[in-house]
Amino acid sequence: MSVVAIDKNYADKVVIRDLVENFHGNQVVYLHWEDHLMFCAAMAFPLPPDMPFAAVVKEVLPTYYGMHPDFAKIDWAKVTWELDGKPLTPVLDKSLKQNGVGHKSCLRFWTPGLDGYKHSRS
Amino acid sequence: MPRIVSITLQNTDDARPIIEAITTDNADCTVHSYPGIVKIDRDDNLTVKRASVEERIGRNWDPQELHLSMVSMAGNLDEDDDYFRLSWS
Amino acid sequence: MNAPAKLGLKQRYSLLTHGLDWTPSYQPMEKIYPYAEFEGIKIHDWSKWEDPFRLTMESYWKFQAEKERKLYAVLDSFAQNNGQMNLSDPKYVNAIKLFLTGISPEEYQAHRGFAHVGRQLPGVGPRVAAQMQSLDELRHVQTQIHTLSHYNKFFDGFHEFSHQHDRVWYLSVPKSFFDDARTAGPFEYFIAIGFAFEYVLTNLLFVPFMSGAAYNGDLATVTFGFSAQSDESRHMTLGIEVIKFLLEQDPGNLPIVQKWVDKWFWRGHRVLGLVAMMMDYMLPKKIMSWREAWEIYFTEAGGSLFQDLARYGLKVPKYADVATAEADHISHQNWLTFYQYCHAAGFHTWLPSAEEMDWLSEKYPTTFDQYYRPRFELLAEQEKEGKRFYNNGLPQLCSVCQIPMVYTEHKDPGTISFRSSEYKGDKYHTCSDGCKDIFDNEPEKYSQAWLPVHQIFQGNCGGASMEDVLKWYKMNIGADNLDQAGSPDQKMWDEWMAARSRVAG
Repeated sequence: MSVVAIDKNYADKVVIRDLVENFHGNQVVYLHWEDHLMFCAAMAFPLPPDMPFAAVVKEVLPTYYGMHPDFAKIDWAKVTWELDGKPLTPVLDKSLKQNGVGHKSCLRFWTPGLDGYKHSRS
Repeated sequence: MPRIVSITLQNTDDARPIIEAITTDNADCTVHSYPGIVKIDRDDNLTVKRASVEERIGRNWDPQELHLSMVSMAGNLDEDDDYFRLSWS
Repeated sequence: MNAPAKLGLKQRYSLLTHGLDWTPSYQPMEKIYPYAEFEGIKIHDWSKWEDPFRLTMESYWKFQAEKERKLYAVLDSFAQNNGQMNLSDPKYVNAIKLFLTGISPEEYQAHRGFAHVGRQLPGVGPRVAAQMQSLDELRHVQTQIHTLSHYNKFFDGFHEFSHQHDRVWYLSVPKSFFDDARTAGPFEYFIAIGFAFEYVLTNLLFVPFMSGAAYNGDLATVTFGFSAQSDESRHMTLGIEVIKFLLEQDPGNLPIVQKWVDKWFWRGHRVLGLVAMMMDYMLPKKIMSWREAWEIYFTEAGGSLFQDLARYGLKVPKYADVATAEADHISHQNWLTFYQYCHAAGFHTWLPSAEEMDWLSEKYPTTFDQYYRPRFELLAEQEKEGKRFYNNGLPQLCSVCQIPMVYTEHKDPGTISFRSSEYKGDKYHTCSDGCKDIFDNEPEKYSQAWLPVHQIFQGNCGGASMEDVLKWYKMNIGADNLDQAGSPDQKMWDEWMAARSRVAG
């Protein structure tokens, strides 16, 4: 469907602001810990595509989610992941890119048995 | 379901005679008071008459002076030199 | 001798507006009005436009000048009497910080928008009405700045509203709303702002702020509010006339107008989430809950309106049911967002008191105790431990409304509502079906969005650290931001009250 614009060639002139090349070698990745809405929304990070997935688990998540009382109780073997709407079993020693995480990908994870403060999903 | 027209006026000295004129000339108005304002609701239509206001304030009055007191209104507007009328039908 | 007969109001008005128009004879209409056709709206007879008000420019100046005289007299008196000391509580001031930084710049945008359509529409009736509205909106921004300049003498967070409007993350929400409207064609602008915002949703913006001001001792804002509201009645009648006129002119206009009504209802609903939060959490003395306001001003009044417009084939906006379901959630979700991000905001936040939480339980019987009270309890525990929670990360923003994606599935309020689209090989995330539909309809537009979080990552916002960004925002760190407790505002207030009780003996 063509865009309604006064200039017939409008669509060709669009300058997209968030192309990956604008992020200095990084790509934007969104992370979200399900059932823990103390963190009001998914978080956005500029991450190198070659960053090992393990670094997300060992460095990024503790830094940003560690203050929640449930965090210390996470059994990492039981954590389930979804990447851009599809189930993912991350290979920890492979990079984000190799795991299929691209620019503006959304990674959601669940920690079964842990559903927030007083089970309120907070 | 009857549709309500409404006019909301500031609760000031200027608006008092207008409010009186409205409630006298239009039967079955409901008057609500809120902080600083008065909301007058009526089924289907409501008319502010120049003559009624003039009678109360003792000087010539232009219905457009309502702009100085009006906060809100609901209904289709018909205005002329002698009246300001809101209605749905 | 008889006095010369005077022309009646209707005739006078007609001669001084329509009567001054002319049919161009040496330039084609399409050249004079280049924006009039590209949207696909068909107007067959501009003379069918019914002037909502018959206010000539002469009367306009007379009445507006009188309103100004009265308003500025009250503002002077407020300043002379230190009216700011009569506020119910200093927390209230944060609501008007949000107003000056979030709403007042949009009045200026509206001024520009109406000036544009006041030139670009071929019909003289709407041109006159739009020009008056443009002047009204300029008056509003001026009077708001003037009113709030008094608070700026004492409180933090007011000093850089203009600079911040173009930069600060949460201010991109109302900014993008108006940027979207102003970059649309004149007919869409008229439906977006004149109808959806100034008619359908206006009471949901003004009643909370103005009543909030009245209940909390802010005489200055109340006075400004009443002064503006008299202009707003003209705006409302313009909005309703626009939609009726378009729908009456050609049946082909209906699907176009319906799409705009759906879009702008949804965008307006998202922006008003800031007001919801203000009503439920930022007013020390509460008027009513957002839920109650939504019920009165949308469900009932809006319901009545759309019943009336049904005769043209217009339907209730798409996702109105979702918006209504969300009325039980958005104020809490938005406040919790600002609670954890106010280290990066120009106003303070705090946890609701036990009393306030009981009020919220009563007003939100199906949601507050289930989802939000536990969240506040957790945050209170952390505060007690000296670890008041500030979220270190930056949030994912919706590509359309630009709000952090904090909204949940209305059938499952524990799960964030994630939606996504693809355009030219890239992913775009939205917070709801409403925003996703808007994106999918014009990806060319929204792929150009200046999203604050992404801009920070691109290095366009002063630097990589939070401190760099706040400096770039021209926020006074440690004064404008962080919790109300310990803020300079609170300290100053406590000193005022202590001095007062000393004087009182």
